[in-house]
Amino acid sequence: MSKHSWRGAVLALPIALLTLIPLLVVLASFLHPQPEIWAHLGQYVLPDVLRNTAILLFGVGFGVLLLGVPLAWLTAVCEFPGRRWLSWALMLPLAMPAYVLAFVQVGLLDFTGPVQTLLRELTGDSSWFPRIRSTGGVVLVLTLAFYPYVYLLARNAFLTQGKRALEAAQMLGYSRPAGFWKVALPMARPWLIGGLTLALMETLADFGTVSVFNFDTFTTAIYKSWFSLFNLTAASQLASLLVLFVLVLVLVEQRARGARAYHGRIVAAERIVLTGWARPAATLFCLAVLAMAFVIPLLQLLVWAYSVLATDLDARYWGFTLRSMLISLAAALVVSVLALVLVLLQRHYASRATRLTVQLATLGYAVPGTVLAVGVFVPIAWLDNLLLPYAHALGYEGFQILKGSVAVMLLALGARFMAVAFQPLESAMQRVSRNQEDAARSLGLSNRQLTWRLHLPMLRGGALTAVLMCFVDVMKEMPITLMTRPFGWETLAVRVFEMTSEGMWANAALPSLMIVLTGLLPVILLVRKAE
Amino acid sequence: MKRLTLSVLAMSLLAGWAHAETVTVYSSRNEQLIKPLFDAYTKETGVEVKVLTDKEGPLLARLQAEGSNTPADMLITVDAGNLWQASNMGLLKTFNSKVVNENIPAHLRDPRGQWTGLSVRARTMVYNPSLIKAEQLSTYEDLADPKFKGKLCLRTSKKVYNQSLVGMMIAQHGEAKTEQVVRGWVANLATDVFADDTKLIEAVAAGQCAVGIVNTYYLGRILDKLPADKREAYPAKLFWANQKTNGVHVNISGAGITRFAKNEAGALKLIEWLSSDKAQNLYADKDLEFPANPKIKADVIVSSWGPFKQNLINMAKAGELQGKAVQLMDRAGYK
Repeated sequence: MSKHSWRGAVLALPIALLTLIPLLVVLASFLHPQPEIWAHLGQYVLPDVLRNTAILLFGVGFGVLLLGVPLAWLTAVCEFPGRRWLSWALMLPLAMPAYVLAFVQVGLLDFTGPVQTLLRELTGDSSWFPRIRSTGGVVLVLTLAFYPYVYLLARNAFLTQGKRALEAAQMLGYSRPAGFWKVALPMARPWLIGGLTLALMETLADFGTVSVFNFDTFTTAIYKSWFSLFNLTAASQLASLLVLFVLVLVLVEQRARGARAYHGRIVAAERIVLTGWARPAATLFCLAVLAMAFVIPLLQLLVWAYSVLATDLDARYWGFTLRSMLISLAAALVVSVLALVLVLLQRHYASRATRLTVQLATLGYAVPGTVLAVGVFVPIAWLDNLLLPYAHALGYEGFQILKGSVAVMLLALGARFMAVAFQPLESAMQRVSRNQEDAARSLGLSNRQLTWRLHLPMLRGGALTAVLMCFVDVMKEMPITLMTRPFGWETLAVRVFEMTSEGMWANAALPSLMIVLTGLLPVILLVRKAE
Repeated sequence: MKRLTLSVLAMSLLAGWAHAETVTVYSSRNEQLIKPLFDAYTKETGVEVKVLTDKEGPLLARLQAEGSNTPADMLITVDAGNLWQASNMGLLKTFNSKVVNENIPAHLRDPRGQWTGLSVRARTMVYNPSLIKAEQLSTYEDLADPKFKGKLCLRTSKKVYNQSLVGMMIAQHGEAKTEQVVRGWVANLATDVFADDTKLIEAVAAGQCAVGIVNTYYLGRILDKLPADKREAYPAKLFWANQKTNGVHVNISGAGITRFAKNEAGALKLIEWLSSDKAQNLYADKDLEFPANPKIKADVIVSSWGPFKQNLINMAKAGELQGKAVQLMDRAGYK
């Protein structure tokens, strides 16, 4: 392998460049130091936001595991009333944009919301009611919004080995709970880390949700420097630090994971049938999460959407929806194929250089969207400026060649969402053991045949998850769509932006609702297939 | 002349499926607020208007990256600060139009002639009459007085409207006095600052706080949704601030011509049209703002608040002092 140590990196580089070029544009900001802004931020802004960001990362990280892992275990390994439909229904919150969830929950639970208003009408006082616009509130909402990443990936892990691992542990004399903690959970580690990584990267990049709570994070400081202090350079410097932080985390995790093996035989095992109080408790737990993360916000969206239906819904919505679906599907497929190539390269050329290149390719997910959008746009505009004189000489009259083309839009979305497709595929690859590869080779399979006949079939579940998560994420994405879309290319997410930018939340409910409903289609279809 | 005749001929032949002239606009004013105007303009003049919407930050970054090859002829924003910044970054071009100068008051236009306001967004107080009397209210500065302890609601300092308000106070009183005022506000807060004006007005109406500072059109939107006979009874009332002193703080939504406009003449014509009687109502009423052109009467809900004195400091100050204002609010602990 060692003689190929650079080949994998070189082959992965073109894909990594999609992300690396925008990141380098952001990083180039360090060529222009901004001491004044930094002095101000250092004294009055950073101490608070760093503390808040740390709290948020721990809170959300803990929260998504606390919800995602038990839900995945219950629906993948156990049997209880409602298990069959809950197992896919619990993925639905993935389609609910986090900022929408935030706005709905704040609207319902704040002082002026219906819950506290009712309390005041009944008892005359609602001051004891916990404040939703608080650290706890923002952690709760982000947890509800991002737990599906952990749930989806952990479920894949448990479906492929959970029950077997538990049985093996029991044969070794462990009790059932001990078997879960000592064997099943550690065996699922790459999946858990994968889901956790996505949830934390999205938490770091989030601006929409925290601004509904007015909770200042590192991302808030980035946008404050840019939008309020008119200093894009300082904002880019802050964003670079964020990326470096994530890179270090990812590499440390890789190192800790080391050479442990996570593969096992995939056998359809009998489910553990829950008995006694555990049966209703499992159903109730699933229902409670589903209600808070999806059903209640969905109902609120329905009420709002209904109130503006007569004035806002028109024939253009067909176009918005169609374009949203097209771009999401195309981007999901492109990103998933690229991520698949990365995963295969990482397997074939297992060197540190390859791994680093591949990890770099996934960093776009941790960058606040608007900053990444500028990083994407600057090199494209530069290329356009280079090409336009020639195009004009040939009689072309426009001023956009690459800019505003759907192809560039797809690549830009690729830079953002590579991590989302990569994590499930990489975890799935852990199930393919070196022994299986050796056995296949000893049967005379070439490397190419190995890919087609062993890797790809075993990656099917992971690939479905990748496509599904990317589809839904692209559907919700705003900044890159806004920055790279062609003139007149309006999607549902663009529509949400138009409404929320002026604080018209009831009007934003209609396109948000359409995003959620359109997002449901692939969730239901793909999940049924995967079962 | 011959060419002109030809193009007119071509235009009339192609009318219906192609337009001879296009003006391209980058806008942070959202699509449903400006599209009806542009449609009306196209109908009247045959000139097609192409719009691309985004937030101000990305739009300016975009103009800068595109440089001389930008397709944009015109930039529209919803605050003066970003127009000032666009001008500061060299992204706009000076224009001198008699029509605009006549239609729009001088304090709403760039002293360097690179942009003009098209609608006025007034930022004033709303109060709950069952908790506080209008006679107890006077100025923004007075809200820092301890008598308002636990009674004040504010929106986040991250919103540009508050940055402009504080910027204008710096222009008036200097930094030291302004910082005192802002610290006083923070000390008087009834609850954590709000993420948006609508929620703030609802909090005033629900009695969580007695008084707050908001843009009027947010109140307008709430009233607009109520039946006409219920509006009078809505428990959040508008109060015109600083009427005995320097007047209500106003911001603008406005436009400028891009430095590398391909259709400079077309962009200027569009701006002139937007400042004219015909367009001003459509521009402002769509969002219940005030027309920038003082000859034009505002929407019925907006007019019901009565006339008011505006602060006449030039809007360019809001952009110039925005950075100072933001840093001051950070120092004062205004989140």
